Amino acid sequence: MKKLAEHGIRPLDSAEKKNGKKWNLMEKLFLGLSLEQYVSQVIRNKFNWVLGAILAIGIPFIIYRFIFGLGSVTHSSYDYPWGLFLGFGLFCMVPLSASGFMLGTTVEIFGRHDFEPIERLALLNGLLGYLFAVVYLLVDLGQPWRLAYPMVYSFGPAAVLFLVGWHVATYLSVQVAEVSTAFFEWIGWPAGKAFIRKGTIGLTVAGIILSTLHQGALGALFVYAPGKVHPLWYSAPFQWIHFFVSSIPGGLCMVIAVSTIVIKTMSWRCDERFKENLGDLTLKLAKGASMGLITYLVIKLIAVAHDNEWVYLASGWGLWWLIEMIGGVVAPLVIFAYGIRHKLVGLVRIGAFMTIAGVVLNRLNTALITFNWKLYQEIPHISEIIISITIFAIYIATYRFILNRLPILYAWKAQPAEAPVKAEVPVAAGRESEQEMPAGA
Amino acid sequence: MLSPAKKALAAGNLAGFPDGMGVLVDLTRCVGCRSCEAACNREQGLPAPDQPFDDYSVFEQSFHGGTQKRRPTEKAYTVVNRYESEASDKPIYRKIQCNHCNEPACLTSCFVGAYTKTPEGAVTYNSKVCVGCRNCMVACPFHVPAYSYSDPIDPVIKKCIFCYDSRVKHGMPPACVEICPSQALIFGKRDELLKIARQRMTKDPAKYVDHIYGEHEVGGTSWLYLSGVPFEEVGFDTSLQQEPIISNVKDFLGTVPMVLAIWPALFTGFHLLATKGKGDHHDHGQAEEEGEDS
Repeated sequence: MKKLAEHGIRPLDSAEKKNGKKWNLMEKLFLGLSLEQYVSQVIRNKFNWVLGAILAIGIPFIIYRFIFGLGSVTHSSYDYPWGLFLGFGLFCMVPLSASGFMLGTTVEIFGRHDFEPIERLALLNGLLGYLFAVVYLLVDLGQPWRLAYPMVYSFGPAAVLFLVGWHVATYLSVQVAEVSTAFFEWIGWPAGKAFIRKGTIGLTVAGIILSTLHQGALGALFVYAPGKVHPLWYSAPFQWIHFFVSSIPGGLCMVIAVSTIVIKTMSWRCDERFKENLGDLTLKLAKGASMGLITYLVIKLIAVAHDNEWVYLASGWGLWWLIEMIGGVVAPLVIFAYGIRHKLVGLVRIGAFMTIAGVVLNRLNTALITFNWKLYQEIPHISEIIISITIFAIYIATYRFILNRLPILYAWKAQPAEAPVKAEVPVAAGRESEQEMPAGA
Repeated sequence: MLSPAKKALAAGNLAGFPDGMGVLVDLTRCVGCRSCEAACNREQGLPAPDQPFDDYSVFEQSFHGGTQKRRPTEKAYTVVNRYESEASDKPIYRKIQCNHCNEPACLTSCFVGAYTKTPEGAVTYNSKVCVGCRNCMVACPFHVPAYSYSDPIDPVIKKCIFCYDSRVKHGMPPACVEICPSQALIFGKRDELLKIARQRMTKDPAKYVDHIYGEHEVGGTSWLYLSGVPFEEVGFDTSLQQEPIISNVKDFLGTVPMVLAIWPALFTGFHLLATKGKGDHHDHGQAEEEGEDS
């Protein structure tokens, strides 16, 4: 895309062409490029080759799993029922997708409109994270075609997983609605967007409720296994709060991380508003993450004190716990404090990646590494790792596909930005598609 | 009108069904003949074992670097293991199967309600609704439920069901108890079995350690064990809590309706406070640009 930009070709970012005609769907899908230009830029991008290679290797493994069963590709056993698909796919993807409800709350509930340039990225990050957590789940379930059973056929309402199932399903719908405003702009259906915008507050509050409960519920799932999860990672009264609170810095830092990757690798797609505000917003997000992290640190220590588990800190497991807490919580806190104080965006970004690593390590520790600490350790099967990476590659590919097209990183315009043509467009025609915009009316 | 109640609601503890049945396993009597394994295999129509039931070399087997002995699987709902203990000059044999908890963790963790605790004491399982999430395996404190991982079409949970359909429902003892040649297993009402266990311990205190495993563990189980050596030496987890597993989760489950009820008003209130006098919210960038245009 960089090469095309040198020739003065700009990606599609408006409803109409310079001559006042509307872009059709195919043109929109090809970013306003000709087929030839589009294909050549796809091929030029080395990252597409990497993704292609991963999919070429990994997809046969996924097919193999469905033909020969879970036993053929995982080390899941009677003692270790859950492996990487849930340990990473569900328990790590969901907290890192808390960004949607965090930024939704900030902008829509608290009225912090200065976060608007990054709100849609956070919403999309949330939606895709949940969607792919469900994809991981579908690969892991013994009988994925029965996924809807707890909703429609056979109910176990007193189970924590029942709550997780219902909430993730409901929250996915809420997030589809929240992100759909960008889709409606892109597809050119203002009535749909207006309809969703009317319910923004309701959707956002629903998002907060559902997120509070199911982020916590993922932690509560492990409360069923008191003797199995190591006591330092287990707390009957506080586990759900630990998972919920750590998802807050997890989600916020994921927005910092994704926006960093985006600005480094696809800045052509970001508009000026996004680029100008990103540094400032990164620092602001890091402030929020810091508050989440310090709270998390305190409640983790309270849990150790509550169950009087200090003695475990002197063991090997205790050292591992300290590595997780110092590397994933304390160190990012120090980095954020210094970075925010001195407005060092680059440093804050490093802190964000460390926070993400800390959250991921915590979930892997709870679900896999310290699970069955009294029995024996299990290492995931190689195919399990390949399938997990493949699904993650599909996640990244989907993420890029949407970011390239929908107005997430840029604001959708009715007409192309170049002024000269604009004058020729009749004002009424331009206005028609934007009735819903309050400031324009 | 405000007279004393004739019948007040009891506190919310479930100590099992009053007439629930159980099995008392006396490890001092078990001779390790494995006939219970064979009977279970026949009764439940399980596939033929890798090694015949009269092959006692299976007692030598160990797994995962020698840390683990045999355990119930999808093909064997019960197994007998052999242990050596300093407290005994003979080897000790221990039968493992589902303990049929009074308040089963598997049942409370299942999001499709596949499990049932029957009034007779059995914990049964409806494989027709199993989604295969394997949460029950995570929840079971005894590591009992197995899963048919190798089946791509209809993988389900497999575990001992106390021979419920074919025997216990009709008042008959399960197959393993019936075949036991040394009376190491006896079938009866759980309350009666506890009395028998105490009698044995009182009569011969030197023979038994002073504990009935399963009386209180995780809220009590239908299967009860007596042992002549400390329980942890014969593979029992003696660190289990006395309360049912579900008690640990109740804190969280109790907050769910509170969050559902309180959050809407709380956050709508925040919204009203935060946006007071600021006018309505803007839109994704477009609005401002429009404002500049016009």
